[in-house]
Amino acid sequence: MGRSRLSLRDYLGQTLAVAEAEVRKLRHDPIELLTRAIQPLLWLLIFGQVMNRLHAIPTGGVSYEDFLAPGILAQSVVFIAIFYGLSAIWERDSGVLAKYLVSPAPRWALVVGKALGSGVRSLSQAVVIFVLAVLLGVHLRFEPAAIIGLLVFTLLGSAVFATFSLVIACLVKTRERFMGVGQLLTMPLFFASNAIYPVALMPSWLAAIARLNPLTYLVDALRALMLVGWQSTLGLGTDLAVLSIVLAVLVAVAARLYPIILG
Amino acid sequence: MLGDAVTPVQFVVQTRGLTRSFGALTAVDHIDLQVATGSIFGLLGPNGAGKTTIIRMLTTLLPPSAGEAWVAGFDVLHQAAQVRQHIGYVPQMLSADPDLSGYENLLIFAKLYRVPASLRRVRIKEALAFMGIAEAAHALVRHYSGGMIRRLEIAQSLVNRPEVLFLDEPTMGLDPAARHAVWGHVQSLWRQWGTTIFMTTHYMEEAEALCQTVAFIHQGRIVKTGSPAALKAEAGEGATLDDVFIQLTGESGEEGGSFSEASRTRQAARRHG
Repeated sequence: MGRSRLSLRDYLGQTLAVAEAEVRKLRHDPIELLTRAIQPLLWLLIFGQVMNRLHAIPTGGVSYEDFLAPGILAQSVVFIAIFYGLSAIWERDSGVLAKYLVSPAPRWALVVGKALGSGVRSLSQAVVIFVLAVLLGVHLRFEPAAIIGLLVFTLLGSAVFATFSLVIACLVKTRERFMGVGQLLTMPLFFASNAIYPVALMPSWLAAIARLNPLTYLVDALRALMLVGWQSTLGLGTDLAVLSIVLAVLVAVAARLYPIILG
Repeated sequence: MLGDAVTPVQFVVQTRGLTRSFGALTAVDHIDLQVATGSIFGLLGPNGAGKTTIIRMLTTLLPPSAGEAWVAGFDVLHQAAQVRQHIGYVPQMLSADPDLSGYENLLIFAKLYRVPASLRRVRIKEALAFMGIAEAAHALVRHYSGGMIRRLEIAQSLVNRPEVLFLDEPTMGLDPAARHAVWGHVQSLWRQWGTTIFMTTHYMEEAEALCQTVAFIHQGRIVKTGSPAALKAEAGEGATLDDVFIQLTGESGEEGGSFSEASRTRQAARRHG
């Protein structure tokens, strides 16, 4: 501990320590992961099967169940991550946050660590939904590169929405207001995206919103990485760039706002 | 946690005209403090006097509205990162993570404070044993008593080895036995490591038991500084520190305080179980 100047390696260690705390909590209480899996299960089993029979949505040559599976993975990533800010409010109330903020770790390392922690939660969702999709006969890609890509985008998408959630938590500060805002945001985010229907089907005003919605880029990438014979509409490079830039901006904002949550 | 360029300073905490306002309210009003390196210093005053606000400024959580403060030789406003590298902080609320074990709490913070991997395990084990919570090391903190959580939080400073340890109302809400146990551990920590301890309290017997120097704060201003013995002698024959407190603040110490202070006290008490 003789050095005053910190290296990137030190920062990485601090970031991973914050993420490690989240992973250890999950290990102590894995039930949460199972209960989280129920909602996507219902979407895939009920909504997916019924809509598949309707043939109401043009899905570019794949079955609706195929089309839906990546959308539901993205949905579940967002729905978990968007309430992540609640844990920051809880940590503020319990005094844990003050201690993190007094530690030598820079604010951004704390924010990225939290985002990674949320990503790990989402990875477990990805595994559950992937297995479920196999059982439902979705035509999945099994090449290692595609699976690694899937995991990377799941982590990235989760980090984006968890950090967004942290920004909201810093602004609204109380859990009651946060719950209100969180619920207000989830459905519009979901419906103004390509998760359950293609953007091409939307009225032009909604399509314009969908193009601004990071969830659209996440779904686009997940669909290309999960489904056999599906081409990315926006390009995987674009998806990666958009999500990375949005994440960088959100981390910068959250790192600046983090201390104000203490009030 | 000493940096290589740091030379020992005579006063590990110094403030000059330190001030903090919240809107029209001046919570801390032009405070000048000097805390000798290696001492146990107590900031005493009724609830709402400004004690926690001072600690939050010294620990870089809150920027001062005016004035200056140095901790371990670093400016709290412009060298916040260096300050944080050299301090330990135990907030008023019980701040250990209840969803992790005691060991894990120490491990995560050891990593945040960059305690070298080769030292971590040994130091954590030693710290847990020193604080008398080795047996509960792998139980989740949610099953700890309030006194055990406090000891765990203080144990953290044995792992990180800060120059200054800030304790904000360290025994608030603890029962007498747990309070005395915490005092004993603070004293032995100070004896063994020579860590400077900067604490706030509104319990006068706590200040007498631990502090070599105390400063009384009332309505955001320091009204008296000195050793407990000298202040008592000054207050008259047979005077207790409680008498000094009442003379200086006009309060019994059990009343007063803002709504948020009171609700924080209750919240802490609830978590102490």
